[in-house]
Amino acid sequence: MPITRDDVRRVAQLARLRLTPAEEERLTADLGHILDHFARLQALDTRDVPPMAVVEDFGALLRPDAVRNPPASDELLANAPAREGRRFRVPKIIE
Amino acid sequence: MTRPPMEAVIGLEVHAELLTESKIFCACSAAFGADPNTSVCPVCLGLPGVLPVLNERVVDFAILAGLATHCTIAEHSRFARKNYFYPDLPKGYQISMYELPLCVGGHLDVLVDGTTRRIGLTRIHMEEDTGKNVHDGETSLVDFNRSGVPLLEIVSEPDMRTVAEAGAYLRTLRSILQYLEICDGNMEEGSFRCDANVSVRPVGATTFGTKVEIKNMNSFRAVEKAIAYEIARQTDVLAEGGTLAQETRLWDADREETRSMRSKEYAHDYRYFPEPDLLPLVVDPERVAHVRARLPELPGARRERFVREYGLSPYDADVLTQRKDVADYYEAGVAEGAAPKEMANWVMTELLRIVREEKLDRALVIREWPLTPLQLARLAKLVDAGTINRNTAKGLLPRLRRTGQDPEALVAAEGLAQVSDRGALEAAVADAVAKNPKQVAQYRGGKTQVLGFLVGQVMKATGGKANPQLVQELLRAALGG
Amino acid sequence: MGTLHELSVRDAAERVRRRDVSAVDLARAALARIAAVEPRLGAFLTLDETGAVAAAEAVDRRIAAGEDAGVLAGVPIAVKDVICTKGLRTTAGSRILERFVPPHDATVTARLRDAGAVIVGKTSCDEFAMGSSNENSAYGPVRNPWDPARVPGGSSGGSGAAVAAGECHGALGTDTGGSIRLPAAYCGVVGLKPTYGRVSRFGVIAYASSLDQVGPFARDVADAAVLLEAIAGPDPADSTAAPRPVPSYLAALDGSVRGLRLGLPREYFVEGMQREVADAVRAAVGTLARLGAAVEEVSLPHTEYAIATYYLIATAEASSNLARYDGVRYGLRIPEKSLGDMYEATRAAGFGAEVKRRIMLGTYALSAGYYDAYYLKAQQVRTLVRRDFEAALARCDALVAPVAPTTAFRLGEKVDDPLTMYLSDIFTISVNLAGLPGLSLPCGADAAGLPIGLQVIGRPFDEATVLRVGYAYEQATEWHRRRPPL
Repeated sequence: MPITRDDVRRVAQLARLRLTPAEEERLTADLGHILDHFARLQALDTRDVPPMAVVEDFGALLRPDAVRNPPASDELLANAPAREGRRFRVPKIIE
Repeated sequence: MTRPPMEAVIGLEVHAELLTESKIFCACSAAFGADPNTSVCPVCLGLPGVLPVLNERVVDFAILAGLATHCTIAEHSRFARKNYFYPDLPKGYQISMYELPLCVGGHLDVLVDGTTRRIGLTRIHMEEDTGKNVHDGETSLVDFNRSGVPLLEIVSEPDMRTVAEAGAYLRTLRSILQYLEICDGNMEEGSFRCDANVSVRPVGATTFGTKVEIKNMNSFRAVEKAIAYEIARQTDVLAEGGTLAQETRLWDADREETRSMRSKEYAHDYRYFPEPDLLPLVVDPERVAHVRARLPELPGARRERFVREYGLSPYDADVLTQRKDVADYYEAGVAEGAAPKEMANWVMTELLRIVREEKLDRALVIREWPLTPLQLARLAKLVDAGTINRNTAKGLLPRLRRTGQDPEALVAAEGLAQVSDRGALEAAVADAVAKNPKQVAQYRGGKTQVLGFLVGQVMKATGGKANPQLVQELLRAALGG
Repeated sequence: MGTLHELSVRDAAERVRRRDVSAVDLARAALARIAAVEPRLGAFLTLDETGAVAAAEAVDRRIAAGEDAGVLAGVPIAVKDVICTKGLRTTAGSRILERFVPPHDATVTARLRDAGAVIVGKTSCDEFAMGSSNENSAYGPVRNPWDPARVPGGSSGGSGAAVAAGECHGALGTDTGGSIRLPAAYCGVVGLKPTYGRVSRFGVIAYASSLDQVGPFARDVADAAVLLEAIAGPDPADSTAAPRPVPSYLAALDGSVRGLRLGLPREYFVEGMQREVADAVRAAVGTLARLGAAVEEVSLPHTEYAIATYYLIATAEASSNLARYDGVRYGLRIPEKSLGDMYEATRAAGFGAEVKRRIMLGTYALSAGYYDAYYLKAQQVRTLVRRDFEAALARCDALVAPVAPTTAFRLGEKVDDPLTMYLSDIFTISVNLAGLPGLSLPCGADAAGLPIGLQVIGRPFDEATVLRVGYAYEQATEWHRRRPPL
């Protein structure tokens, strides 16, 4: 199943990846090549096969409703690229 | 060309913040109002390597909501990732539910203009809230305290046809969630949010028109106005031969119109897939039964019982059962011996007035009332028995509130009992008739409303204590009419 | 003193406990060894000399006070750089986390510390664990201690190389499609991928959530058992960690395989395999048979679909797991005027080519119109792969197989064609899809002296049998005593 350059652009947008034209070209080729290999899965009859939901189902883990975390220290914000007081600063969304 | 009559098709999507202690997937506090980024941890900040662990009370609250709205509780449900990028979404995906929600296929019976309409409910599922983005000039500031607060998403069928139905549905839903004490239903503070899906079609059509999503409505009134505006807009566009775009529009509360969100650069493709970090949820019948046992009498059922047991009008019963605490208050008063209709009157006109004025209804459950049910009930009884008149009673409210006194004691102590002795009043009546010949002549001349003035004169002369009904009766007799 | 760094984990711990050697001496010996060989290997991204010595001093103080300082007390251990270490830079081999210092420990890190281990540093890996050769680290390739012109295997190449070179006594890695077993084979050490859910993933930078597992590297099977015991077990912070108790894996090593039934998957002996690899594995099987195991051929018919299945599921989950690297709360940020530009520029600059390729693949596989044909289909085939193993392991107690079709290849040899690289995962990948435990241990060497690995695959949560088979083989041979000529 060939993937087009437009597909690559659309997917890059969804993934918020800015690609150079060279990257776009390379990816179109690579992904097409890889997806060709994946096409073999279509040959398998999986009509009555359930998708593997979990590797081992030992029942959902449930946590009692209790506050266990203390108020956050500055440590949790220390990796912030940009801050204004205790808030994270980001450029505005331009529509 | 005549326009075919159009009908609106309305569906509502509500997000309700749940009143749990901790967040849905981590043990941070879910309480509102902390300093920015203090109720956060690596999990709700989306740091590398973190994993979600489900809060069991969120599951129970979701089951409660499902049972209260007659949903089927799915034995098997699954969380799913909804993938998109936004600064207030720390992981770049929201953990929600998609193909296998927890509750499906319920309904709400809502009272609209005296008739009951059944509005279908498609599904209820659990998900995590996002952080909050605040615009600050050329940048935005993000606070993640709200990130991970548990939400219930409640989706209705597109069964509503009028603005009134939409409003009634919302109020009923909020009322139910408040009765369950799982959400405080505050639209202004954002704990109860609503998006609307509106389309129009010719009456009798079986297919749907172009659906428009409306967002950014921050109060019940805004929801009603926005839907009304949108119905009119869509109808006009179609009447002029135009076409409607399937889009999202924002309600502008200042301009009172919906505006198209400037087209997003990228259409939303959420790429839902089952959340691999959480195992499938199994809710067995025992758990459901356990939760069902905790269901209180719900607003609809309570309203019907009030009509039946207390002989109240559906309207009055509706007002009294909107809030569980008010309904409890009312019944406590009736249990103290107040006549149901009198008690209803006092609660609706006096108590709720104070509650609204002083914004006591902001709390999920009002615990401190201006007067106790006993006080109000005794006051109602005193008026009912004719011991004091209504005006006197109203006048006593501030003092009763301040002192917490028993009204009977207060009336007795200050000799406030109204005069209902015919003999005593006959003298006052005769006096008023004598002193006001002009009005007497007017009354006898056919202007019967002037009786009120004469009643007032007698009330003044008796220091407000005369029994007004008796005064009226005596005056009429004295005036011969 | 000169050979302190060569001690096994068990011996080192024992000698520290007996106060025969101090933890500080062990730590210094490891750090000296690292200084000596790192220029040739590049196995470490971050060293923590100060922290290691401080931790060692603390161990010595506790032991002097007569306290139990833990089963790994004083033993220098390295941790793959996708595993968070509080206060110590953790990069996942990526530029996008170049300066990231976690405020939290991974659960496995905390358990190592609780056991008294001395964490000497963070080992290099393919970026976000995506790779089979450790050539995808943003900080340069790791070199195989046996031949610096060759790859150590990936993605836990740094951990494999470090243990082989004696830079530490043991190490932690992660395995999503073979990333512990492959470097263990290429570097001639023991590597174990536990059953999915045996070890907590909390604090482990996620690549593919339903496939990732943390596991130990060591120079012998008993050491791997000790390390596994220290880190395994349920975790209230990980919903996918099994609520199963941890047996004593060390105690289960009794050296006997008499009566065990071992299966040999016929699909794992393929055309184009390096002849020496096939021979060494068959010889190992012969040894096991002589030790009393019953060997039979089994079939895993869906093997040819495993690569496609794996790369669809893993990249889909990865595309979602890596969305959090957006420059908002931590990590690299390329400043731009608009948010959209900031996202795109940051991720373009922060991610390497292989990571971008996998994010693109995964996003595509999940996108509207393709979900059913790709992601959903792959999950269905995954069930078929799992059923193959269930059938085989109903008849056999464990399976034995090669780890890779070849020994370590040259740096740069496979980077041009990603699909070729992916196809070399063929013997390890299905084990992750099925969630089973898999052990790699040395069973030979090719003409160039490059190590060959033997893989033992077991039933879910039956690491005990897997380790037992490995131990029996190991104790009957000398391959585990080989050391690289460093």
